[in-house]
Amino acid sequence: MKKVLEQFGVEYLQILKEDGSIDEHLMPKLTSKQIKEMYKAMVLARIFDNKLLALQRQGSVGTIAQSTGQEASAVGSAFALEKNDFIFPSFRESGALLYRGLPMDNIIRVFGWDERGAKAENVNAFTMSIPVATHLLHAVGYGMACNIKNDKKVIMAYFGDGATSEGDFHEAMNFAGVFNAPVVFICQNNQFAISMPREKQTKAKSLAQKAIAYGFRGIQVDGNDVFAVYSAAKDAADNARKGRGPTLIECYTYRIADHTTSDDASKYRTEKELNEWKKKDPIDRLRKYMEKKKLWNKKDEGKLVKELQDSVNKAAEKAMAIEKPDIEDIFKYMYKEMTNELKEELNDLKESLKYEA
Amino acid sequence: MKLNMVEAINLALKQEMKKDGNVIVLGEDVGVDGGVFRVTEGLLKLYGEKRVLDTPLAESGIIGTSIGMAAYGLKPVAEVQFSGFMYPGFDQLISHASRIRNRSRGMFSCPMVVRAPYSGGIRALEHHSESMEAIYVHTPGLKVVIPSRPYDAKGLLISSIRDPDPVIFLEPKRVYRAIKEEVPEEEYTLPLGKCNVVKEGNEITVVSYGAMMKLVLEAVEKLENVSAEVIDVRTLSPLDDETIINSVKKTGRCVIVHEAPRSCGFAAEIIARINEKALLSLEAPVKRITGYDTVIPLAKLENEYLPSVKRIMHGIEEVLSF
Repeated sequence: MKKVLEQFGVEYLQILKEDGSIDEHLMPKLTSKQIKEMYKAMVLARIFDNKLLALQRQGSVGTIAQSTGQEASAVGSAFALEKNDFIFPSFRESGALLYRGLPMDNIIRVFGWDERGAKAENVNAFTMSIPVATHLLHAVGYGMACNIKNDKKVIMAYFGDGATSEGDFHEAMNFAGVFNAPVVFICQNNQFAISMPREKQTKAKSLAQKAIAYGFRGIQVDGNDVFAVYSAAKDAADNARKGRGPTLIECYTYRIADHTTSDDASKYRTEKELNEWKKKDPIDRLRKYMEKKKLWNKKDEGKLVKELQDSVNKAAEKAMAIEKPDIEDIFKYMYKEMTNELKEELNDLKESLKYEA
Repeated sequence: MKLNMVEAINLALKQEMKKDGNVIVLGEDVGVDGGVFRVTEGLLKLYGEKRVLDTPLAESGIIGTSIGMAAYGLKPVAEVQFSGFMYPGFDQLISHASRIRNRSRGMFSCPMVVRAPYSGGIRALEHHSESMEAIYVHTPGLKVVIPSRPYDAKGLLISSIRDPDPVIFLEPKRVYRAIKEEVPEEEYTLPLGKCNVVKEGNEITVVSYGAMMKLVLEAVEKLENVSAEVIDVRTLSPLDDETIINSVKKTGRCVIVHEAPRSCGFAAEIIARINEKALLSLEAPVKRITGYDTVIPLAKLENEYLPSVKRIMHGIEEVLSF
């Protein structure tokens, strides 16, 4: 006997087109105020990104990973969450973190070689994870804990296309399915894992379809369309909150900048491709929509940009003014209470430093 | 009541789960099956599927999700079926569990226990007999506990569960059922980071832990004329070197026994500490009786590989007659 056990389809969603027009039927419910809020968060992410780059170029912070071009994915997804929900960011999620309320100077300090920047209370975000895909399991475990405690939170986990090749991605997806964890997986498919194009990560036609094998929904959205990202994320978050388990959202977008400031993307991609994607810019697209709807004009734009630039500059000044951490800080956070061994080693270090001075 | 180590650990889990609703047990076959060594027997029935989780077969998944649960505020006690299968999850331990407190400057922490049956001597298949404790000790941010007997196992596990930081709890399966002793029914804790002087003496210090402790005690008993001080390390990290150093200062001689490979093994660390803090008290070079820098052989040669009572006796005599 031979029969079809199950059949699958993979959805793609776009609402806001490049010219700023929308598909009215698919448009999610959003007030003008909310749309402006989204826009503001996206512009902030871009201005912040540029500031970080400037700080890196002048040697004030170390290697940074820019998120220019991916603002709709970051902000549209985070916008679907409530205050008490919780996010697990990768290292390229300044946009989502800022929207969630992480102070800008915290991020600047983390990239500026200061662990203290990672500490920010009441943001409901986990500390940024540098290893790829390993934090997805933390997100799922956190979601499992919410289920155990009947806590109706939604957990959102961010990662890139490269992460989908890692074993931990698959273990996380599998655990999320088995334990019906309230997790929304946001895959920022920005087309490149450093130099490796998406096609070299998987033979599958989409990353969204990977969810199917784990028994839950996956959807690909235009990642430069903030309405599509928000709409998919809102559905996914509502489902998770109602106990219907996880969703994978593949945000189809593009990394406009280099992988990090240590990378030179011109080695592996063409100027032509980059320019094609610049035409799809998520911020321009939303602004065109707002202008069409008479929600926004040049004056508003000028005012917003100035206001955000001022606040970013202030944050940078604040971050730069902070004193160097104490030598004790190296040892202090390894355990809740410093062990005798660490106390001895700290004394050793202090003695050495005295000698070196 | 008289309990073996499996029963003592089982009792500790039952009591801690009863006492603290945040304690969660998870791992492969820990629920319906009660664990392949029956350590988690009966927990599912007592505490239900929400707190006793039979997981998919994925060690990184077990340890990684435990980290997420711990960040939430639960106290996961994860079982990895054999310590030889821990390595897919080792990335989660070294990259995250051990660092989250430091990375977040104390905003998040990782109060979890990873239990795993460990070390050799049960005629098992490849990968089921390893003693790789040194890699956990070498990982900053972890605590490493290895009990040698039922009484210690219960008290140390309760302390590990209550500890605010991640603890690797390695259970020497060779003595899972080989020792039966009086274990109090009520809950009690034994301090982490404290060695246990099992027997006092003044001629030689013998340091060991885990399944080797049983052999060490037999060897010392047979050497009737030797006054040996026997120290069970119990917590390898953080290490209470003070107890060992004070003993070596008194006896002037020391033998260290473990079944793990020799190079960069735990004995090397103890020797380094003696070198730093008690060198001038030594009457003889410190001797280590250990496994070798090879893969532990299958059962046909396992007895030859593992330190034996006779090998320990011979080592003690050698150091005494130096």
